[in-house]
Amino acid sequence: MPHEPPSAPGAEYEKYLKSGALRLQCCTVCGKQIFYPRTLCPYCGSVALEWRAASGRGTVYSATTVRQKPERGGDYNISVIELAEGARMLSRVEGIPAADVKIGMPVEAVIGEANGAALLLFRRMELP
Amino acid sequence: MSVRNLRGAAAFVGTGLAGIGASPGFTHLDLLGLAVHDSLEDAGIPLAEVDGLFTANMANILPTLAVGEYLGIRPAVAVGTNTGGNSFVDHLLWAAMALDAGLCNVALICYGSNARTGKGTPPDAPPYEAIYNPREPISSYALAAARHMHVYGTTRAQLAAVAVAARQWAQRNPAAFVQDPLSLDDVLKSRMICDPLSLLDCCLVTDGAGAIVMTRPDRARDLRKPPVYLLGCASAQSHRQISQMPDLTVTPAAISGPRAFAMAGVRPGDIDVLQLYDAFTINVILFLEDLGFCKKGEAGALVASGAIAPGGSLPVNTNGGGLSCVHPGMYGIFAVIEAIEQLRGSAGERQVKGAAVALAHGNGGLLSAQTTAILGTAATL
Repeated sequence: MPHEPPSAPGAEYEKYLKSGALRLQCCTVCGKQIFYPRTLCPYCGSVALEWRAASGRGTVYSATTVRQKPERGGDYNISVIELAEGARMLSRVEGIPAADVKIGMPVEAVIGEANGAALLLFRRMELP
Repeated sequence: MSVRNLRGAAAFVGTGLAGIGASPGFTHLDLLGLAVHDSLEDAGIPLAEVDGLFTANMANILPTLAVGEYLGIRPAVAVGTNTGGNSFVDHLLWAAMALDAGLCNVALICYGSNARTGKGTPPDAPPYEAIYNPREPISSYALAAARHMHVYGTTRAQLAAVAVAARQWAQRNPAAFVQDPLSLDDVLKSRMICDPLSLLDCCLVTDGAGAIVMTRPDRARDLRKPPVYLLGCASAQSHRQISQMPDLTVTPAAISGPRAFAMAGVRPGDIDVLQLYDAFTINVILFLEDLGFCKKGEAGALVASGAIAPGGSLPVNTNGGGLSCVHPGMYGIFAVIEAIEQLRGSAGERQVKGAAVALAHGNGGLLSAQTTAILGTAATL
C-alpha cells in the first residue's frame, strides 16, 4: 500500500512560526532534533517524528558578512547557527552590525517575516 | 566488444510508494522520503546500510546531493544521470554494475514529485535557506573559511598565497586566461565579497570546454599518444547545503581520498603533481589536509611556504587552476586534463619533471561532493 502522508512538514513548521511558537521536529526513536523539516529522520530513518518546543537558544557556528552597496541595503550577516538542542540552520544575526557577529557568540531566536513568510532570525543573547 | 555478463548480478529486494495522487504541502523530497522508508522496511534493511544512491528529478540540478542530504545518507556511489523519464530504468544498469564491482552493497533507486500540488519553485532553491538571501556559492565557502580561521588560526595571507601560486603557474601556461603578475598584497587589498573571501580569493568566470577519451588498455597501446591510466577513483558526499555539513573544516575528501589511494595502491607521498579544484582559495587548503598531504590545520603554513608554487616540493594546479586559468562553473574536467598533460610530459614550461603519478580532485556543490582520481603513466602499472 502506498504510504499515506502525515501532515506536510514545511506547512507545519510555518504554521507554528506564524502562531509565534518555535517548534522543531525531534525523532522519537533516536531523540535527535531535526532541521530542516522532513518526513523521516536523517539520523536513523524513522518516520516517528514529533514537533517539540525548542529553546531558541544557540551559538554562532560560523559567520560571514555579505558585502552589499549601501543603496542596495548595505552589508548583512549570514550565519550557521548551532541550536542548543543540536540542530544546525542557516540564518541571520540581526540587531548588531554584521561585522560584530563572531563565531561562538550566544544568540537567541526571534520570529521575523520576509516576503509574507515567517522566518527564524537570531539576536545576540544579552547576559543577565 | 564482449560484454561481461551482468545477467542475474543484482536482485530487487524492496519497494515503496508514497503520496500517490494529491499530497498538498509536501515537497518532492518529503514524498520521496516516505517511499524510501517503506522500501527499506519492505526489504528489512536499515537506512544506514544504503551506500549506493541512484536518483533524478526535475527539481534539483544536483539530485544526488539534495536527496542524500534529505535522507541523511553518505553514499559511496551516487549516480544522478537524468535522461528524462527513463532515468530510473537506466539506473538499474549502473546499480547492477556498481553492486557487481563491489563499489556498493545496497543500491537505492528513488524518485519523488509534487507535480500536481507543488508551487513549481525554481530548481534547487533551498526552501529553508533562500529566504535569508545568502550569496551562493560564495557565502558557503566564506563560512567554511571563517570556521577554518577560527579553529586553526589560518590567515587571509595564507589564503592569498594559494591565489598567488596559481597565478605563477598560469604565467607558464599560454592557455591560461589571466597572466598578469599578482602579489599577496593585491589579493589582500581586493574588494571583499563575503568575509573573509575577497574578489581574488574567488575563481574566474570564463567560457571553456573540455573532453576526454578513454578506451581499454589493449586499444590504448596502439593509439597516437602514450596512454595515461586511471589507477584509482572514489567519491564521497555529505550534504547539499553548508548548514548541513557536519564539520565545516573537514570535507568528504577525507573519505574519497583514502579510498582512491587504496584502490591505486599509492600514498600521498607518491604523488608527483596535484590538481585540486580551486573554486576558492580555501578549497586548496581544505583538500591538502583532507587528502593527507599535511595534518588538519597545517595547510595554511604549507601553502605560505611556497611549496605549491612553481619550484616548490608539492606542485598544485599547474595549469593555473580555476583561480587563474579557466572556470566556466564546473571545473573538474580541466583538473583531469591537466593531470593527463603532466603525465604525458607535454606541459611545456610548466612541466613537472618526471611526473609519473598525478592526483586530480573534483569538488561539487558547496564542498558537498568530492571525487579523488589518481592517474599514472604506463611505468606505474
